[in-house]
Amino acid sequence: MSLKSWFHRFGSAPFVYRLCSALAPWFAGSAALLTVVGLVGGLGLAPEDYLQGDSFRIMYIHFPSAAIGMGAYVMMAVAAAVGFIWHLKLGHAAAAAIAPLGAVFMTLALITGAIWGRPTWGTYWEWGDARLMSSLLLVFLYLGYMALRAAYEERDKGDRVAAVLAVVGVVNVPIIHYSVNWWNTLHQGSTVTRSDPTITGDMLWPLVFTLFGLGLLFAWMLMNRLRGEIVERERHTRWLQDYLTGPAQ
Amino acid sequence: MTEFLEMGGHGGYVWSAYGITMVVLIISGWAASRRHRQALRLAKLAGAGPGPARKPKVTEI
Repeated sequence: MSLKSWFHRFGSAPFVYRLCSALAPWFAGSAALLTVVGLVGGLGLAPEDYLQGDSFRIMYIHFPSAAIGMGAYVMMAVAAAVGFIWHLKLGHAAAAAIAPLGAVFMTLALITGAIWGRPTWGTYWEWGDARLMSSLLLVFLYLGYMALRAAYEERDKGDRVAAVLAVVGVVNVPIIHYSVNWWNTLHQGSTVTRSDPTITGDMLWPLVFTLFGLGLLFAWMLMNRLRGEIVERERHTRWLQDYLTGPAQ
Repeated sequence: MTEFLEMGGHGGYVWSAYGITMVVLIISGWAASRRHRQALRLAKLAGAGPGPARKPKVTEI
């Protein structure tokens, strides 16, 4: 199938709506399974850290939350850009659906990180720390996107203005990632996302499970939000009314 | 079992982190589904809307 026809398919609200509806239960089920396996591994099977003891187990929710929070922002920026450039409303719908979820995951990353920081660094928070500040900024960017969009009475206008914010803010994501290399931070350097990972295998495997498990959970929540966005935007269209009233009588 | 709960003295930190995460994610998940169901309900009420229903074109969103 040509690229152009893929573009048309994924730019079609009824197609995307039906796809999300069909996939959602599979994502929910596999999310639950992978997460449970990861938690059993992370909380029970993985050995304790030689320095941090058992507090490092917070990593199994902290790392995925942060990765998802950051990845979601990139997704949101891409979706908003697609909506802006090609006037594809589904792009804006996707960005709008992602924003609150990305904000939640990034905030969870900050909270779990703060709790982990107390026994590890002696403090919950450190103003001026590059990793913490840039991560906090990402949360504000998410909230800013949502607030800016809501500030406009015309939804389409709000979409476009907020899209600019989303795209401008995406530069913060690599800054967060490299902050631990570029600046002197409390936060430790990369142990996993580097060319020669320094984490041991028996600690790493549960992380892969919770990362994909929570990632699928995010995707499931996103599908529901996207379905809601589509329904709101397509309220008066024929396809949706037919869908709501069921098969032809 | 007590060892598991105590997490080498770090139990408070580990379980509060996991607890908060679980609560927040459950609420988030529920809110997302609710949003969708709400939208469906409102769309049903809106019926065919103020104008005639538009026939969807290929590129229409």
